[in-house]
Amino acid sequence: MAMTLHCDVVSAEQKIFSGRVEMLIAAGSEGDLGIAPGHTPLLTQLKPGPVRVIKQGGEEEILYVSGGYLEVQPTVVTLLADTAVRAKDVDEAAALEAQREAEKALANQTSEFEYSRAAVELAEATAMLRTIQQLRNHR
Amino acid sequence: MAVGKEIRNQISSIKSTQKITSAMEMVAASKMRKAQERMQATRPYAEKMRQVIGHIAKANAQYQHPFMVERDVKRVGYIVVSTDRGLCGGLNINLFKALIRDMRQWKEKGVETDLCAIGQKGASFFRNYGGNVIAALTHLGDSPSAEQLIGNVKVMLDAFEEGTIDRLYLVSNSFVNTMTQSPTVEQLLPLPADEDEDVSKNQWDYVYEPDARPILDGLLTRFIESQVYQGVMENLACEQAARMIAMKSATDNAGDIIGDLQLAYNKARQAAITQEISEIVSGAASV
Repeated sequence: MAMTLHCDVVSAEQKIFSGRVEMLIAAGSEGDLGIAPGHTPLLTQLKPGPVRVIKQGGEEEILYVSGGYLEVQPTVVTLLADTAVRAKDVDEAAALEAQREAEKALANQTSEFEYSRAAVELAEATAMLRTIQQLRNHR
Repeated sequence: MAVGKEIRNQISSIKSTQKITSAMEMVAASKMRKAQERMQATRPYAEKMRQVIGHIAKANAQYQHPFMVERDVKRVGYIVVSTDRGLCGGLNINLFKALIRDMRQWKEKGVETDLCAIGQKGASFFRNYGGNVIAALTHLGDSPSAEQLIGNVKVMLDAFEEGTIDRLYLVSNSFVNTMTQSPTVEQLLPLPADEDEDVSKNQWDYVYEPDARPILDGLLTRFIESQVYQGVMENLACEQAARMIAMKSATDNAGDIIGDLQLAYNKARQAAITQEISEIVSGAASV
């Protein structure tokens, strides 16, 4: 049997996932990273994007996070998400709509503040779409 | 018959008060259920956050964040979580008493205090009492979002970073069960170390991506925010539970008073009738 580590995914609103996993793959601020059992202690920030959880037995689940922090201990990995949703619940139409809105806002920017907010929104919408596409390929 | 008109009026006015209190009891009961669910939903995040921070405190970090360094205490800050509305029994007053006790202990040591009041009751109480309220936030509603709290928390964190205050406490009610809410004063800053035995002390450090400073800054700020948010959610559940209990006992008391008054009224009426009969009888006898 493959080695496993304990994984918790929580957001401010609710607990998303808790259990033994073989690997966790997330989008870190420096690039995608996979966490396997026995990983060295690590602390990193997360970008908006998909999180793949390979559960004990090889079953896979895909979650979406809009940012947060990841703490890794050799036997425990904790993902503190800003908002996390199960990828099944991410609505493609809504994501596309959000992306269009954000692009429009970027196009007619009026101030520095609005520009940065629009850029964040765009990044989130793109990440959501990326999650959905990953989920599709996976099926 | 004119007898007992005042008593009758009193009974009817108490009856209408009783209707109001029993309605408020039912409203509080349904709100309490929702508030309790929300409180439970936010618990895992706050707990995990506390665990992670506990690990960080044990790590032999290359970068010591100011939030983790103990300093001489010259001034302490409190974030006081109270309710916006009254009629919830002794909930707020018990909390304020606990806080004032704590403040007095500091005062004896010559330490001044700053307050950040969340909730209408706390803001107005400490304005009258004479606390130094440097930030206040009122009218949060039934389901506050974490964003609403950020500004107030930031005021206190900035004060800590600048060295204006050397300790930060969170004062709120913790929800034990529907009947019991206990006021707690919890230290937020500097971070108390975790007692978790799984992680050995001081022999390792994290790999930070990209860099220790921005990550710890962000994470610790978020930790404080999540603790305060959790406190606010818990206090909301406490408020509804306390209000429900207070209104239930008010309704019961109104019932008791109505019973007593009804008895007094009946006695008075009976006495009047008896007197009338005896007057008629003695009148008839004297004819």
